[in-house]
Amino acid sequence: MTRAVTLESIAARPFSEDELRDIRRQFPILDTRVGDADLVYLDNAATTQKPLAVLDALQNYYRTSNANVHRGMHELSRRATEGFEAARERVARWLNAPHPHQVIWTRGTTEGINLVAYSWGEANIQAGDEILLTEMEHHSNLVPWQLLAQRKGAVLRYLSVDEEGQLVLDALPAILASGRVRLAAITHISNALGTVNPIRQIADAVHAAGGVILVDGAQGAAHAPVDVQALGADFYALSGHKLAGPTGIGALWVRGEILEAMPPWQGGGEMIREVERDASTWADLPHKFEAGTPNIAGAIGLAAALDFLESVGPERILAHERALVGASLERLRDFPGIRIFGPADVNRRAGVLSFTLEQAHPHDISTILDTRGVAIRAGHHCTQLLMKRYGVPATARASFYLYNTLDEVDRLVSALHTVQDIFGDL
Amino acid sequence: MGTSERGDAGPGPEGGRRPDVLGHNALGRGAHPLEGLYQELILSHHRNPRYRGTLGAPTAHAHITNPTCGDSVTVGLQLRDGIIEAVRFQGEGCAISLAAASMMASQVEGMPLEEARSLAHRFMMLMRGEDAGQDSEGWDAALGDLRALASVARFPARLRCALLPFEALEAALVSTG
Repeated sequence: MTRAVTLESIAARPFSEDELRDIRRQFPILDTRVGDADLVYLDNAATTQKPLAVLDALQNYYRTSNANVHRGMHELSRRATEGFEAARERVARWLNAPHPHQVIWTRGTTEGINLVAYSWGEANIQAGDEILLTEMEHHSNLVPWQLLAQRKGAVLRYLSVDEEGQLVLDALPAILASGRVRLAAITHISNALGTVNPIRQIADAVHAAGGVILVDGAQGAAHAPVDVQALGADFYALSGHKLAGPTGIGALWVRGEILEAMPPWQGGGEMIREVERDASTWADLPHKFEAGTPNIAGAIGLAAALDFLESVGPERILAHERALVGASLERLRDFPGIRIFGPADVNRRAGVLSFTLEQAHPHDISTILDTRGVAIRAGHHCTQLLMKRYGVPATARASFYLYNTLDEVDRLVSALHTVQDIFGDL
Repeated sequence: MGTSERGDAGPGPEGGRRPDVLGHNALGRGAHPLEGLYQELILSHHRNPRYRGTLGAPTAHAHITNPTCGDSVTVGLQLRDGIIEAVRFQGEGCAISLAAASMMASQVEGMPLEEARSLAHRFMMLMRGEDAGQDSEGWDAALGDLRALASVARFPARLRCALLPFEALEAALVSTG
């Protein structure tokens, strides 16, 4: 199976009202009341809610299969190991990875990126080498590289972001012309803007210049179909909790040849073959990178989330989010004092709407919306470079997922009118 | 209490629109907490902050950032003979932090250092909901408009916003030794 290379060409339908009703039934938390209002959960870029399939998978695991993996000779250990490894295969299919042993379990995207920075980075980055980042990266895809660069005397280069929230690709050839860019680390979908980046185009250029590319898939794996081979990625990191799975579990996919050559990063049980007094040999992939007892239940829950999302259809999830963002953009375009960030063309976006109001600070917006049951995020979204780029300390961010509705967009807009009523038009 | 400031009766300063906003109660049963948080006194300090600016030659100053949200406040002081002769602040932030800075500056200018330190302490107690009312008459005058911020105690996520200016004040006072 090969998935669409460019996410602009997605032609799937948004969900019908009946489909949405069925989807929402799978998420019990959506019935929560906040004060006197029904919850409108629009903080999905921070974390997503979990369907019954995930909640059941977690409970079933602990009720019927709980044991340590890869060790016991007994029945429960066999069940746990089977579920755990089947989950790895599930992630590999979600990413269209060539082989499940290229999928390493992590605590989340952040740990995946740190693993690459320590293992691959220590072995491959030298003084004077360059690491290419962008102004829209989440701190988790900035700070590990800053630390690596400081350890190695490497240099960080940045692709800038234009007014509309898109990477300035015109600058790429000049940056790569140095011939020293060993790694590009770039987000698939911006958590702060919703921008979908043209990863394949960047990957081709970086490869041609002799570098490799890490894709931060925290949002990408959750909100769009992913095909790591079609993307041309060398590393792809994701988090379970951003895609309807549990917290504390994530995965890192690494291209085979690169992974084979990577030294281990954390030492401990599970990752060894033979331990001697002064040295040890390493377990086969992927266990070489999985020291200690892993988050077995989390992995199984993550697989259940992917099964659920696959049954709904990742193309349709993206199409649905775009319909919601499109409706929001339309309804808010002329809202007094509003500044909306990110591409005007919804086909270059996923379901994130970042904005500021001239008359009210994002925190005040968020507090007022909360009293109307509308949960959004206010802050820098762990993207301080982006905030500096746009000269704002913070934005308000509404982020959608498959279970959000057009009615909820109305609730958002109506709650913003309350903000305007309190703060006036200025 | 601040919450009575925008009750159901009578138009607010913006010509009758505001009380209606918060009073249109599907949310209703008594005063909505938002009425306290965004009462007119707080909004007025937000719209027209007092003592905003810089001093020519401050004898003490401090810059404090809230790393979780990026808000920041700088407080400059002119101290002489143990008295805060002048205070100015600069800052970027939400209505609560700007109003708190404006209210704080309004209270501490002209105040002896020790009194300002006690005021900071007393304000922290107010924010933590530990303001049990004992001795409250004595403190009412010292706290002045700051009392309006008592409503922030009901919004734990916003406490830091109200405390930020006082943290800057304390840091500036510490810097003077």
